[in-house]
Formats: sequence, structure tokens, C-alpha cells
Amino acid sequence: MSDLAVERAIDRSHMTVSDEVAIEISNMNKWYGSFHVLRDINLTVHKGERIVIAGPSGSGKSTMIRCINRLEEHQQGRIVVDGTELTSDLKNIDKIRSEVGMCFQHFNLFPHLTILENCTLAPIWVRKTPRKEAIETAMHFLEKVKIPEQADKYPGQLSGGQQQRVAIARSLCMKPRIMLFDEPTSALDPEMIKEVLDTMIELAEEGMTMLCVTHEMGFARQVANRVIFMDQGQIVEQNEPEEFFNNPQSERTKLFLSQILGH
Amino acid sequence: MSDISFVRTEMLPQQEPPASSVGVIGWMRENLFSGWFNSVLSVVSGLFIFYVVGSILGWAWSPTWSATSLNECREIGAALGHEGHGACWGVIRDRWVQLIFGFYPPESYWRPILAFILLAVALAPVLFADKVSGKLIYLTAAYPFIMPFLLWGGTIWGPLAAAAGFAIGYFVYKAVDQAAGSLAAVIAAVVAALIWWLFLAGPVSGGLAGILPIGVEPVDSRNFGGMMLSITIGVVAIACSLPIGIVLALGRQSDLLIVKALCVGFIEFIRGVPLITLLFVASTLLNIFMPPGTNFDIIMRVIIMATLFSSAYMAEVIRGGLAALPKGQYEGADSLGLNYWQSQRLIIMPQALKISIPGIVSTFIGLFKDTTLVSVIGLLDPLGLSNAIRADADWNGVVWELYGFIALMFFVFCFSMSRYSMYLERKLRTDHR
Repeated sequence: MSDLAVERAIDRSHMTVSDEVAIEISNMNKWYGSFHVLRDINLTVHKGERIVIAGPSGSGKSTMIRCINRLEEHQQGRIVVDGTELTSDLKNIDKIRSEVGMCFQHFNLFPHLTILENCTLAPIWVRKTPRKEAIETAMHFLEKVKIPEQADKYPGQLSGGQQQRVAIARSLCMKPRIMLFDEPTSALDPEMIKEVLDTMIELAEEGMTMLCVTHEMGFARQVANRVIFMDQGQIVEQNEPEEFFNNPQSERTKLFLSQILGH
Repeated sequence: MSDISFVRTEMLPQQEPPASSVGVIGWMRENLFSGWFNSVLSVVSGLFIFYVVGSILGWAWSPTWSATSLNECREIGAALGHEGHGACWGVIRDRWVQLIFGFYPPESYWRPILAFILLAVALAPVLFADKVSGKLIYLTAAYPFIMPFLLWGGTIWGPLAAAAGFAIGYFVYKAVDQAAGSLAAVIAAVVAALIWWLFLAGPVSGGLAGILPIGVEPVDSRNFGGMMLSITIGVVAIACSLPIGIVLALGRQSDLLIVKALCVGFIEFIRGVPLITLLFVASTLLNIFMPPGTNFDIIMRVIIMATLFSSAYMAEVIRGGLAALPKGQYEGADSLGLNYWQSQRLIIMPQALKISIPGIVSTFIGLFKDTTLVSVIGLLDPLGLSNAIRADADWNGVVWELYGFIALMFFVFCFSMSRYSMYLERKLRTDHR
């Protein structure tokens, strides 16, 4: 896979992992009808960790991170995000969602709103931030993802890479403590993958807790402090990136790595 | 040396298109004469249009404006030498006021005229929000109470008492919201408003009317007629059917089983029944179910039926718009922590309604034309009036002129709606540049 992100040296000074637990998933199971899609998931994410989740398609990796902000409902086990347990209580769900940012494969920007409105909507309506302050924050993050000049355009007028950067800025405007990325570069042209990965690297450098489903193994090697490999709805192997890539233990992981790194 | 090797050394500059493909000649070549078969078709259709338009103009060009009866028209036609082939426009001159106002008392014509001028003003902030002052929206909010007062007349305290119900609901909501949460507040507000409307509004407005008799001459619903009746029913039903349709469409998608079942049942029942049946129910059966002595206005009953009828269609049109939205829009809204009503109002509905604009406006147009069906229950809409006019011995036998005039009036309104919807679609298009 592409190693575009490797070109840049990483500033690791802020990338410290604390002992504080950000997400705790224990014995989590999920079924789609009678299909057992997630099987006994146990995962503890500490504050400041950068976790890359890899695996073949259909292995449940997207489903797992979508459970963390309740876009999918788990049927068994516990998920505790930032001290709040995910139950069917709507208040808790909205609270967790406003603390957990998410970026999607297809960006999911709101096409009827300008870039700026996309970024200010949730702060204004969910956080009740005054409009002026919300606009300032939005412009700050749009500058950070390097597209402040596009603020008054509509999402349809931007390239895929720009849209994904807006999506990241939109999430950051809610000042989230945790960011989830669901294959953020899979729908992009190769030329645009780098600009999105650069933004994500910058985010990691600032110490953001990140869970990232991606096939960008260069990014994983460089930024992650833990790589999780999933297959058939289970966590098959997890390790530090160096160990994971150079010395995979399970047969399934070896096969997967040989297939995606083999050309 | 390989044949497939090629390197461009300089990029080509942009060139003008050839002269035969631009301008009037280019347009005609492309659109009318792009081949021998298309050329033949163009010529034949041109001749056909010429023949039809010529015949219609020949019929319509008839100097009978001042005639006072069909016989006089025939004499004028005979004098001009085309007996039986000319239009008889005298009937329009004689009866156009009636076709517009029905049997509304002539000394009060200013009231419907004022009501419809105010309607245009009240609609402006809704239809052209970016072009007119936002303060007009207060008139829009007050209009539902101004219009019945102007049209039906009577004491001013009736509409004011009805408006007070909303104010009472609002204050109850504010009071309960702090004490017991928003759901309890909504329920309390609705209950308080209903109690006011059902039990208190009547005596209070009656008492106030006794003390301060401000009002205008009341006009009975039976005297309403013509375009005025059609517009009254059409506008109220259109304005009410959109919100009800939105609620029904959301209800049909709801996870709450009973809400969903009720919405599906309502939509399928209404869509499965002809409008005329509902109108007959409105005119006859409803009285049987009402407590004896209550006199529920016939136009109000018709409006309710027309509203329910079109809201069922509206719900399905909007459901189409909802279905066309990618699932990612819901997830995007959810992931930001917006609650259900926020995401519906800010993300889902603006897009779903935009997608459904053509369908919504079609339903509006259909509803507006369906108002002519009220003639079957004895209300004198333009079509009902045309029968009444023909019953007059002077105009017995006039058909095309009346229907043509009525059709023209309806066309003006329906075509305006259609053009507005196209304008709105263009204005809201943000997905391309």
C-alpha cells in the first residue's frame, strides 16, 4: 500500500500515552440478525493512544469503531467512553457523540450547507456556542487543515481530499477528546491521500486519542503506537507497529500482510 | 524503434468552434434539420401548429364583447358572415365578477381583495426569504387569523381568541419546561390550548364581543364562490398539508411501532379512497357524528378533508425524498451529537424537501385543481358557477368560453407554482458549481 506519509519526520514530543483510560470495551458482542459480526471484543484505549485497526473487508473493524459512538448498537458486553457507559439512554449517547469525533469514508459533509456552516452547525446547536465564537473556532480549524479560503463554498465544489479535511475540521470544532476514522482515505485519489494523512499526522502529533480503520500501512508504521488486526469479527493480533509488521505471530496476520504489502 | 512511442512537445491552444455549429444557423441545424427525416418532421409539425393556432385564433377573434345574450352573439356572427363559428365573449364580460367572487355581497368585495393582497405579502417572506425584509414574517404569523376575519367577517374577538390559544400554549410550555422537562411541557401546552379552544374561547370571545362589538358584516359560507372559494380552500389546504405530510412521513419511518402503524394506516386509507368520497363524508356524514346542534362550517369541513387527502400524498412524496438521502447524512448528523429533531430540522429535512420539490409542487397543483370537485357537494366553485350561468336563459348553450376562461384562471395559478418550483430548485442547487 502507499507509503506516502513516510516522507515526513514526526514530532513525537506530545505523543505521550497516559494511564488514563479513554475507551474500555469488554466482552462486547454484536449480531446482524443471526450473523455474529463482533465476537467477544476486549479493548482498552488509553488517553493519547493512536490505534490503527487493520483487517480484510468484512472483518468487523468498521462495525467495531462505529459501536464506540453508537452508530451501531452492541447487544452484549460493555462499552465505556470517557467514563460514560453506552446504554440505550439517549442523553448518554448524545453526550458521547459530542465528545467523540468521527470521520467517514465518504466524508458525509452536509451538501446544502457551506463549509463554514458545516463546521459551526454542531457547536452552535449541540454545545450552544455563540455564533461568533463558533465561527472563530471553525476558521481556526479550517486554517489548520489548510483550506480557510474555501469557507464559503459548498462541499460539492471541493475535491475529495479537501472534503475529507473539512470533515476532520468539522469534527475538531466540537473539541472532541477522541477521534474515530473509518477508512478516511479509501475513497480518495492517490494524489489526495497524502494531504489527508498529513492532517491526521498533525492531529496525532498534538496528542489526540485516535482510532483509525485504514489500509495505509505506512501511516500505521509511522504514527500508531498499536496496530490491531481483526478477522471474522475478532481481534486476532495486536502489537506495536514494528513488531506487528516485522514479526507477525498468527498465520492469518502473516497471510494478510503478505497480501497487502506483497506488490 | 517502436511505433507506440509518442511525445507531445507543445500543448494545443484552444480554438473557436466551426461557424456552422454556432448561432441561429447552428441551432436550427442541430435542433430542426439534423437529417432528412427530422427535417420532414419539423415541416409537418410546423404546418400542424399553424393550422391549430390559426383555427383557435379564428374562433377567438370575435367582436362579441358587448353582447348581452347568446342570441345577440349569433346575430353579430351572422352579420360578419361566420355563423356558429365565433366565440361569444359577452358572457365573460357579463359574469366575470361572479366567476371570481361567487355570491359574495358586492359591497364587501374589498375584503377578499384585501385578504388576497395580504396573502401575497404574507407569502413573500416564505417564498423569497432572501429578497424581502425578515420583519414581514410577523404578518405571515398573523395571517391565519386575519384571513378568516376578512373573509367570513363577524366579530374580531373570534380570531383573537383562537390566536390566544397559541399564546396560552406557549406560556404553559415555558412554565412547565423549567419544572418538568420538555416532553411534559409539550403535552401540557397542547392540553392547555385545547381546553382553551374547546371550552373557554367561545364564551370569552362572545363576552368580549358583547362589551366591545368590533367587527365587520358576517358572510355565510354558502355565499362564497368562484375563484375566491378555490383559492381559499387551495391555499389553506396547501399550507396545512405540507407540515402534516412531513410529520406523517417521519412517522412512517419511525422506530416506534404504534406511531408507524398509525401513519401507515392513515396514509394508505386516504390514498385508497377517492377525494369525492371524502367530500361527501364532509358534507353529509360528518353532521351525523357531530353532537346535535353543532354547526361546523361547510367550507371548514371541505378544507379539512382536502388537507387530509393531500397530506397523505405529500407524506409519500417526502418519503421519497427521505429515501433518496444517503445513509451517511444521518450518520454524519448523529456523529456530531445532534439529537433527532435537530438532525431532522437542520440536516435531513432541508435536503429531503429540496429533492422532493417537484413532487411537492405537483401535489400542490393537483390539490388546487381538485378544489373544483367541491361543486359536487353544492359549493359554487368556478365550475359549479358555470353550470349556474348556463341555467340563465340568456347564456344557455355557452360552453367553451366559460370553460376557457376558468381554465385560464387556473392555468395562471398552476403555472406560477410550477415556475416558482423551478426557480427554487435552481436557487437551492448547491451540489454542482
